[in-house]
Amino acid sequence: MYSQGLIGSGSENEESEAFLARFQARIDAEEKIEPNDAMPLAYRKTLIRQIGQHAHSEIVGMLPEGNWITRAPTLRRKMALLAKVQDEGGHGLYLYSAAETLGVSREEMTEELLSGRAKYSSIFNYPTPTWADIGMIGWLVDGAAIMNQVPLCRCSFGPYARAMVRVCREESFHQRQGYEIVMTLAEGTDEQKEMAQDSLNRWWWPALMMFGPHDADSSNSDQSMLWKIKRFTNDELRQKFVDATVPQAEKIGLKIPDPDLKWNPEKNDGAGGYDFGALDWDEFWRVVKGGGPMNRDRIAARKAAWENGRWVREAALAHAAKREERAATAKVAAE
Amino acid sequence: MTYAQPIKTAFVETLITLGDDHLILGHRLSEWCGHAPMLEEDLSLPNMALDLLGQANNLYSYAAELEGEGRSEDDIAFLRNARQYRNLLLVERPNGDFAHTVLRQLYFAAAMQPFWQATLNCSDERLNGFAGKAVKELATHIRHCGEWVIRLGDGTDESAQRMRKAVEELHIYTDELFQPNAAMRICVEAGLIADPAAQRDIWNTTIATIFKDAFLQVPEIAFPQQGGREGLHTEALGHLLSELQYMQRTYPGMTW
Ligand SMILES: [Fe+2]
Ligand SMILES: [Fe+2]
Repeated sequence: MYSQGLIGSGSENEESEAFLARFQARIDAEEKIEPNDAMPLAYRKTLIRQIGQHAHSEIVGMLPEGNWITRAPTLRRKMALLAKVQDEGGHGLYLYSAAETLGVSREEMTEELLSGRAKYSSIFNYPTPTWADIGMIGWLVDGAAIMNQVPLCRCSFGPYARAMVRVCREESFHQRQGYEIVMTLAEGTDEQKEMAQDSLNRWWWPALMMFGPHDADSSNSDQSMLWKIKRFTNDELRQKFVDATVPQAEKIGLKIPDPDLKWNPEKNDGAGGYDFGALDWDEFWRVVKGGGPMNRDRIAARKAAWENGRWVREAALAHAAKREERAATAKVAAE
Repeated sequence: MTYAQPIKTAFVETLITLGDDHLILGHRLSEWCGHAPMLEEDLSLPNMALDLLGQANNLYSYAAELEGEGRSEDDIAFLRNARQYRNLLLVERPNGDFAHTVLRQLYFAAAMQPFWQATLNCSDERLNGFAGKAVKELATHIRHCGEWVIRLGDGTDESAQRMRKAVEELHIYTDELFQPNAAMRICVEAGLIADPAAQRDIWNTTIATIFKDAFLQVPEIAFPQQGGREGLHTEALGHLLSELQYMQRTYPGMTW
C-alpha cells in the first residue's frame, strides 16, 4: 500500500511499505528517531499535535496557579509558587523547541491555540477559588502529569524524550511541594482542613479525567503505542495514579470523594489496587469542547498576553534589523 | 552583631525600608507571570521578581531578629498598614505596559546596584552578605532591562512613543531614590549602609548611556514626587496591599 506524503527533511518522498517497515523496525529496536531522520508523515503529525498540546498545557497551566502568586500567604510560599509557575513556562519553552524540530514554528502553534484549533489539558479549565487549590494542583495535577510523563522519557522521538527527562525532575518536586501545602492545611485549623477537603472534592474527578477517555473510546491510542510514543494506556495510567494517591490522602486524613472507592486485592494481577467509581464522561467532553467553567477566561488571558505583547515583539525585530543594517553600513564605510 | 539604641531601632527601620522596596517591586513584577509579551519574558520577569522577594525575605528576617520582639519576617511583610510601609513611590507604581515595567526596573536597579556595591564596605557582616548577592543580581537586571529600553526606544514608532511616555510618567519618581529617610541617615552616619544620595552620579551615567542608545531624553522634572520613605504613598499601594495581605488578614494567626 502506498500513501503519498511529504516526509519532511528525509530523503524519501513516498511512504513505500518497505520504508514503513524499516521505520517500524527502528522503533521496535528502541532506536531514537531524530528530527532529521525520515519518518512517516502521520508519525510527524501525531508528534506535532501531541507535543504542541503538551506545550500549550504548560503555558495555559500557568494561569490557574498564577492566580495566587500575588495572594500567597507567606513569603516562602510566594517564592515557591512563583518559581513553580516559572518552571511550567520553562517546560512550555522546551516543548515548543522540541516541536519546532519537526518543522512547525512557535508562532504557528500559538495561533492554533488562540484560535481554538489546538487543545490543551482540560484540567486547567477549572478555577482556583482558594489557596488550597494551589496545593491540590501540585499534588494531584502535577502528580497525574508525572504518571503520564515518566513513560514519555522513553518516547521514540528523541527531542521529546529528552525534554521529558528534564521536565519530570521538576514535576516531582512540584508534586511534593503541593502535597506539603495540602498537608499543612490538613494539620491546621478546622477552617483550613475544610478548605483542603473542599478543594480535594473539586479536583479529584477532573484529575482522573486528565488521563483521557477509556481505552475503548480513545481514537489515537493504538497507533501511538505501536510507535512507542505512548507506553501505557489511559486506563493503566489512571489506575496507577489512583493506587499511588489514595494512601497519600489517607495519610493526611482527607477523604477521596468517591463512595465506590474500595481496595481490591485481586487487582493488578493479584498485587492489589483500588476499584473506583465511574467518571462523568459528559462533563469530560463538555469541558474538552469548551464548556468548562474557565475555558473562555483561559483563552482570553492568553490572547490578551499575545496581542498586548505584539508591539514588543515587533519592536525587538525592528531593532535587530536596524542594528544589522547599521553594522553593514559601518562595514561599507570602513572599506 | 548587637547594636545599642538609637542605632538599633534605626537599623531595624532601615532594613524594613529596604525590604519594602524589594517586596513591593517583586510583587509588581510577579503580576506579569503568565501574561508577558513573550515566553522568554514569562521566565525573565519572575526571575527578577524572585531575586527581589529573596532579598526582601532576607532583610525582613534580619530586621525581625535584631528587633527581638517576636515578630517574624511574614508579620513584617504582611501585617502592617499602608502608612507603615517605607518603600519608594517608584516601586509601587502600577505595571502599565512593558515599557513602563522595564523602565521602572532599570531606574531602581541602576540606583540600588551601586548602593549595595558601596554597602559592601560597611561594617555589618550579615548585611554585606545580602549586598554581595544583590550586586550580582541587580547587574543582570540593569543589563536585561537596559537592553529592552534600547530595543523599545530604537524599535518601531509605536515602541519609541510608548518608551517616551514611560519616561515622562516615571521619571518624576526617581529623585526619591537618592533621599534616605531619618532612620537611613542614622545608619549612614553609623557606617552601616552606604549613602543612597551618593549614588546619584553613577545612576545618572548609567541612565544617560542607555538613553543615548535608546534615543530618549532625560526630562527636566518640575515637581519631583516623594513620600514613600515617610509612609506617604500613592493610592496604588493600598490596592496592592489588599491583595498581598489577603490571606494573612482573612485567616489571622494560621500556619501555611
Ligand atoms: Fe510542567
Ligand atoms: Fe509542574
